[in-house]
Amino acid sequence: MKQRDLVVIGAGPAGMAAAAQAAELGLSVTVLDEQHRAGGQIYRDVDRVAPLRGGILGKDYTDGAILTAGLRHDAIEHISGAVVWAIEDGFDVSYTRDGRGAQIAAKQLLLATGALERPMPLPGWTLPGVMTAGAGQILLKQSGVLARNAVLVGCGPLLYLIAAQMVRAGTSPTALIETQTPRNMIRAAPHIGGALRGWPYLLKGLGLLAAIIRARVPRFTGATDITITGQERADAVTFTTRGRTHTIGCDTVMLHHGVVPNTQAARSLGVTHSWSAQQDCFVPDLDDWGQGSVAGVFIAGDGGGIGGAKAAEFSGRLSALKVAEDLGSLTRSERDRQAAPLRSARFRELAARPFLDASYPPCAEALAPTDSTVVCRCEEVTAGDIRAYAKLGCIGPNQAKAFGRAGMGPCQGRYCGTTVTALLAAANNQTPDETGYYRIRPPLKPVTLGELAAMDDTAPEAAE
Amino acid sequence: MKTVSPFLELEETPRVEVMFCGEGLRLPQGANLAAALLAAGVDVFRNTPVSGAPRGPFCMMGACFDCLVEIDGTVRQACMIEVSEGLQITKPHQTEAKDETA
Amino acid sequence: METDYAIIGGGVVGLSTAWGLLKRGLTVTVLDGDDGSFRASRGNFGLVWVQSKGMNQPRYARWSQQSAAIWADFAAELGDNSGQTVPLEQNGGYDFHFSEETLQATVEKYEALKAELDGDYPFEVLGHNALRKEEPHIGSKVLGAILHHQDGHANPLKLLVALAADVRRMGGQVLTGKTVTDVTKADGFRITCADGTIVSAGKVVLSAGLGAAQLGPKLGFKAPVRAQRGQVLITEKLPKLINRPSLIARQVDEGGIQIGATNEEVGLDDGVTQTGISGLAAEAIAAYPALARAQLVRSWGALRVLSPDGLPIYQQSTQMPGAYLVTCHSGITLAAAHARLLPDWLEGTTDAPDLEVFSENRFPVS
Repeated sequence: MKQRDLVVIGAGPAGMAAAAQAAELGLSVTVLDEQHRAGGQIYRDVDRVAPLRGGILGKDYTDGAILTAGLRHDAIEHISGAVVWAIEDGFDVSYTRDGRGAQIAAKQLLLATGALERPMPLPGWTLPGVMTAGAGQILLKQSGVLARNAVLVGCGPLLYLIAAQMVRAGTSPTALIETQTPRNMIRAAPHIGGALRGWPYLLKGLGLLAAIIRARVPRFTGATDITITGQERADAVTFTTRGRTHTIGCDTVMLHHGVVPNTQAARSLGVTHSWSAQQDCFVPDLDDWGQGSVAGVFIAGDGGGIGGAKAAEFSGRLSALKVAEDLGSLTRSERDRQAAPLRSARFRELAARPFLDASYPPCAEALAPTDSTVVCRCEEVTAGDIRAYAKLGCIGPNQAKAFGRAGMGPCQGRYCGTTVTALLAAANNQTPDETGYYRIRPPLKPVTLGELAAMDDTAPEAAE
Repeated sequence: MKTVSPFLELEETPRVEVMFCGEGLRLPQGANLAAALLAAGVDVFRNTPVSGAPRGPFCMMGACFDCLVEIDGTVRQACMIEVSEGLQITKPHQTEAKDETA
Repeated sequence: METDYAIIGGGVVGLSTAWGLLKRGLTVTVLDGDDGSFRASRGNFGLVWVQSKGMNQPRYARWSQQSAAIWADFAAELGDNSGQTVPLEQNGGYDFHFSEETLQATVEKYEALKAELDGDYPFEVLGHNALRKEEPHIGSKVLGAILHHQDGHANPLKLLVALAADVRRMGGQVLTGKTVTDVTKADGFRITCADGTIVSAGKVVLSAGLGAAQLGPKLGFKAPVRAQRGQVLITEKLPKLINRPSLIARQVDEGGIQIGATNEEVGLDDGVTQTGISGLAAEAIAAYPALARAQLVRSWGALRVLSPDGLPIYQQSTQMPGAYLVTCHSGITLAAAHARLLPDWLEGTTDAPDLEVFSENRFPVS
């Protein structure tokens, strides 16, 4: 098995920056990424797309090309289309590419697996035509595919960004149905100091909002009782605000109320996680260099706690410095000297986060869905089912998974895990930390039995 | 399936012929398959094996597994596949498993 | 006394026993572990299985047969009472063979056991062609199979849910998140938990799986149980591919193909390894080649609870009469026996099954 100094999983901003930094310091680096081209979700397919739609997507997107250029370093092997499905101690990474299994060994590991949209279980959210706002943006970014008649539901800066991009692309959203209330802004006020340090973000946010308003996109705030209706596909969103119920017809519904770290790979390695009250999600326990509770496992970018693309880049570089020092390519003092400006830059990037998190808290009714709402999309388990399993003695999600299959499907709990933990915590009057999370095991992504069998050394004739 | 797609395409690119559930579609070569199917007016990609409920792409980033389709007997995520000439695509497990004749 | 019985361990073994005791009007408190405890009840293969059991101890074969014979009735009653269906199929099961030698050797052993069981061991040998009629997707490498008509399979997780529901419905107290730290006996038993919970009980059943190894000696048991890891795979849900279960693969009622299992002596490590799951995948494809295209969705390692000879242990403590050790590898197969027959043994009635051969006296003092 080939061994590399550093294996990076994920070619988004954190992974690309870390790989470039490590390569510059003389380490051998392999980047495994499941997409066909580098960029992650934020800079998805940027090299191909920037010339086509750079104007619509903006400089914050096209700047990603600087990072993809950094990947073209002799010491970096970038394996695209590589779906990692197991990481074993030490570290042996198993992945599939073009229908064939392969393995690579790493002295140290950097997980740059980014974020997932926070699951937003509302009645009707499983219907075709309903997608995450991030999905809507990916369609626009990568494919130049734009929803003609879309309603955006939820809250947060990303919702405004996508709306503004749609306006720029010439097809404004039909409506914005926002869940945050003026009271949230008042609660956020104590964080305004940090927000002012992060003022470029606020200005950008205001600019996006202005563009949306100029385009006369109808906006509703403080929306509750949100229901998506339709038979074979979504055809309308119904909600209440200021005592009035509205129904808005549409073909596409885009949901968003924040993103959460994608912790699957880290959890499979036994890295400990803790609940972040500020971000309303589990985040891995990391030291100053992004190293988790398992030695040699680093986590950078949104996978280590939501901070956005620029913060991800800095955290990736910081982790790479520590890896280089661990492997003897960098002295401790040189590591610290190079780290100092990265730390300050990262601090500035994160300054506005507490204000944003408090201004745009997750949609309450999606955190505690009604009993009949599906929470596990794969196995179609409802919130009411989970509450019933709590009554049958399920104090954590693993027993609930055994009782009712939530989290057993191909998505491995990615879109139900935080909801199931929250439901059980509420039902059992426990904290999310006491309640815990799914035990994540291989395969991190499904792999065919044929691909697995082809890697069996004991009986080669059994493989095809 | 709809005659007018709820999605419009910003650019015109060279197209190739693929089959989806027995219907010929002309999709942009090299495009993301899930995006291309949506733009072609395909809304229901599959029906769940639990209740038969219709599903389509939800996350577009390989995480949710709602855009599953079957190609060459294997169920895969449409959002992780690029369009190529002659793809034979169906909803998952519409037919019984085929045994190898070897 | 708070309760007639305290049952330490809320897995399938403990809950089946609790269910049977509750049905007799006894009061029961079950002490169950936490969400991360080793739980064979969550990781097992779900077979209700007779063949290959008790090759050297006909009483174990008989005990498995007894349980299999009353399983359907037990599952029906449990399902009716709890409102939670327990899927069960008992149409026979296979032991596949890839060589003439292993098939012949196994048949000889089965014939010997059959003689000891007065002929009550209904199995037949199917050659490849006969097998293909039963299992159209069988692979050409499978030379033949032993079809045993007393075998079957259940949904073990739905069994667990139904037991959890029905034990509560009948008034059983189930305390979750408990780690029992001590058991003492004066007038009655006093069970102490790590969180300070104390339960007093007339009798105690220790059915804590691997936990019995630590707790057993406090109650005067040798409790020589060890962990043996079995890695298990399950595929995406598929259309009907497999009719009858085997030790290699079965199709569960939800549609997934469950593939098992490794036998590894690795202590309390319940992890999954690439080599382990690749080997299982290769074997499953050899049996059913169409599986090569199926997606593996989940895999896990579960720890079997094994005594030195692999047989159950049913033992009343001599040091602390009224304390019972109940442990076995086959908690699913034996669930019906534990629910329907074991309470007589615990209560010492005249109908008590003879479980003498399962005493831990058979093991030397370590």
